[in-house]
Amino acid sequence: MSDIHAPAPDRTPGVEEHESTASYLTYSVGLALAIVTTAASFIVAQTGLLWAPGIPVGLTVLALAQIGIHLVFFLHLGSGADSTNNILALAFGVLIVFLVIAGSIWIVANLHDNMMPMPPQ
Amino acid sequence: MTPAIQESASPLPFGLMHEHGGGPASKRIVVAYGFWIFILGDMVMFSALFAAYAVLSGNTAGGPTAAELFNLPNVFIETMCLLVSSYTCGLGVLSAERRRLLPFFAFAALTFVLGSVFLIIEAREFAGMVEKGAGPSRSGFLSAFFTLVGTHGAHVTAGLIALVYLVIQVIAKGLQAAVLRRLLCWSLFWHALDIVWVGVFTLVYLMGVRH
Repeated sequence: MSDIHAPAPDRTPGVEEHESTASYLTYSVGLALAIVTTAASFIVAQTGLLWAPGIPVGLTVLALAQIGIHLVFFLHLGSGADSTNNILALAFGVLIVFLVIAGSIWIVANLHDNMMPMPPQ
Repeated sequence: MTPAIQESASPLPFGLMHEHGGGPASKRIVVAYGFWIFILGDMVMFSALFAAYAVLSGNTAGGPTAAELFNLPNVFIETMCLLVSSYTCGLGVLSAERRRLLPFFAFAALTFVLGSVFLIIEAREFAGMVEKGAGPSRSGFLSAFFTLVGTHGAHVTAGLIALVYLVIQVIAKGLQAAVLRRLLCWSLFWHALDIVWVGVFTLVYLMGVRH
């Protein structure tokens, strides 16, 4: 008996479904990409490959790239409907993390600049 | 069930509704979402420690600096241990979901060994630093360093204890839905620790030692 509507399976709310969103291949690709970015970070930090004042920027970019790789390949944050709420929560988390880190550095750098010069003891 | 009913509006937010409109998302997805919120809270806590380190990293108070203390080859080995353990943890959960018990135990054991190697290298690094008089009370830089890296290490320790507990559950209860959900949450936690470590080795070690 075929159904032309090809309906969604009749599901009771809360019933488990064992769909595998990931595969061994996903993890292997993620691992390979993560190893490449990690190795690149260590090489950039220890050699003169990058223009020296640009190294912190390069390292930051590589770290962000690797975090993205982890999120997509290991934590399976994708464009699927199941990921929507997780991504919104992540976006809020990233906002707070950014405010805490950038705000602290900004405020303390400002305080530091306005410190009275202290005599060397 | 008619298509008209399937089209009806759901009171749930978009993502918690199954894409075919067949009711709320499965418990597996809802539980993982709740745990995801916890992980993000943990990330906010780590962000405060990262901010403290970024602010204090220059305040060595005449004591040893990052470049004098850190050994990058060791850090590279630590990083690889944690990264590969994240990989084996993912494969372990995948094996469990596919009801392959033997690969699950093998991957869980591998994850435990790699996590332990990471912790041993870290503990030896800490012990060596304290021996050299570069303990957490030496300078603001070292206080921030031990707090940040130590908190991450404490999380890894907690993760390893939870892994042992979960393997015992799998042995005792089998691969039930509830145990599988716990395993999924644990794997989210373990992957998140690896993400924190990316921040640690970039900000603390590589930026500290670069010439």
